[in-house]
Amino acid sequence: MKSFTYERPSTPAEAAAAVARTPEAKFIAGGTNLLDLMKLQIETPRHLVDVNGLGLDAVEPTEDGGLRIGALVRNTDLAAHPRVRTDYGVLARALLAGASGQLRNKATTAGNLLQRTRCPYFYDTAQACNKRRPGSGCSALDGVSRQLAVIGASDACIATHPGDMAVAMRVLDATVETVDAAGTERRIPIADFHRLPGDDPARDTTLAPGALITAVTLPKPVAGTHIYRKVRDRASYAYALVSVAAILTRDGTGHVAFGGVAPKPWRVEAAEADLPKGARAVTAQVFADAKPTPENAYKLKLAERTLGAALNQARA
Amino acid sequence: MVGATAPARQDAGVRAERTDEPVLATVTFTVNGQRRDLELDTRTSLLDAAREHLHLTGSKKGCDHGQCGACTMIVDGRRINACLTLAIMHQGAEIVTIEGLGQPDNLHPMQAAFVRHDGYQCGYCTPGQICSGVAVLEEIRAGIPSHVTADLGAAPQVTEAEIRERMSGNICRCGAYSNIVEAMTEVAEARA
Repeated sequence: MKSFTYERPSTPAEAAAAVARTPEAKFIAGGTNLLDLMKLQIETPRHLVDVNGLGLDAVEPTEDGGLRIGALVRNTDLAAHPRVRTDYGVLARALLAGASGQLRNKATTAGNLLQRTRCPYFYDTAQACNKRRPGSGCSALDGVSRQLAVIGASDACIATHPGDMAVAMRVLDATVETVDAAGTERRIPIADFHRLPGDDPARDTTLAPGALITAVTLPKPVAGTHIYRKVRDRASYAYALVSVAAILTRDGTGHVAFGGVAPKPWRVEAAEADLPKGARAVTAQVFADAKPTPENAYKLKLAERTLGAALNQARA
Repeated sequence: MVGATAPARQDAGVRAERTDEPVLATVTFTVNGQRRDLELDTRTSLLDAAREHLHLTGSKKGCDHGQCGACTMIVDGRRINACLTLAIMHQGAEIVTIEGLGQPDNLHPMQAAFVRHDGYQCGYCTPGQICSGVAVLEEIRAGIPSHVTADLGAAPQVTEAEIRERMSGNICRCGAYSNIVEAMTEVAEARA
């Protein structure tokens, strides 16, 4: 790990200012992903701004009947929160499907959104990777791509967003709240938060440089059965090959987003009108522009079947 | 991580040569009931602080990347991967390692149950398994749900499925899992 200086500010504005004024500074919250990447020298910040003392750890009702989740609420606490369990079950389920108990105790809401891909070529510093070293190429394109994206990728990068939480937040139409060093607050719809790689895969999100996530807000609850189904290589503590976050009614209407398939949580709202016709009618539209590799084409069938299982679960 | 990287310095065409001098910082926390004051390289993980600086070598370094659970400690009442956190981030924390749970002449009930049920073979993962196991039973008692909890509205129970799911962050290459489940079940039943 490269050496770094460290500070622990006490307000969000101070934290944002500290990152803005210090070259190659980063915020650190739970640290479970950042420190892992620092050990491998994939991330090499010169300065860490520890945001754990900022508060930002409350879960509060909003005026319009929704929920405001502080950036530093730990994954364990969010999944166990009574309002989340009752009204946003898809979010509780997605959180509990992710990582291990130890990691969920540390990992935060904001950090989870910002976790980086687990593409093996991003992690292997001996390989070309446009996300890790822009312009170096993408070893994954002709490499082992079984886990990688089938849609939304580019010739520069086929990495996936690895998370579960963000997939549930996408189906819940969450909003990410940020503040920058000038004190400017910004509200970013979750649909616009993660970006597609295009020819600039190094940027995972639309978060402005130096901006600090302060909260994620959820609109008022959506009625229906909340489901998160995750298909993975082992029963626990593994990334999704495909996941489905869905809110479904007994007559088959609802909302659905997919994880494990794209550089961001993948949702095509226009396809949701066809949910009553069954899984195939929906996935045919959601994945119409898919460009799978021979190794990961199985994900298209798996997405259809996983959605089918969710529809059956909602009808049961 | 909670934010994006600040832009690198824009004023120079070439980035200044990076020196990699260690940066020292101080931290004070409590380990197994004893106050500890340390001056550490900022890079020092909580695991390395315990093992290399406090000579508490019960906690093990397996993967050093949060994948195996051998380093599990209980910090402010919660189990975490001590390898994936910086020691200096734990100012004022209450830290419990395997040495703080029990000693050879005064075993914690979970340690005694692991012995009785052969919950290990080589023993390398065992301190992490036991710290995790103690915390898992507390998490169930506190009503924290898991991936296999059928009803998010109901209190989770101590079942084999719950134990297996909640212990998935602790790997045992010897494969003592079924005996670990038996040990944890016995401790949970003795408490009930």
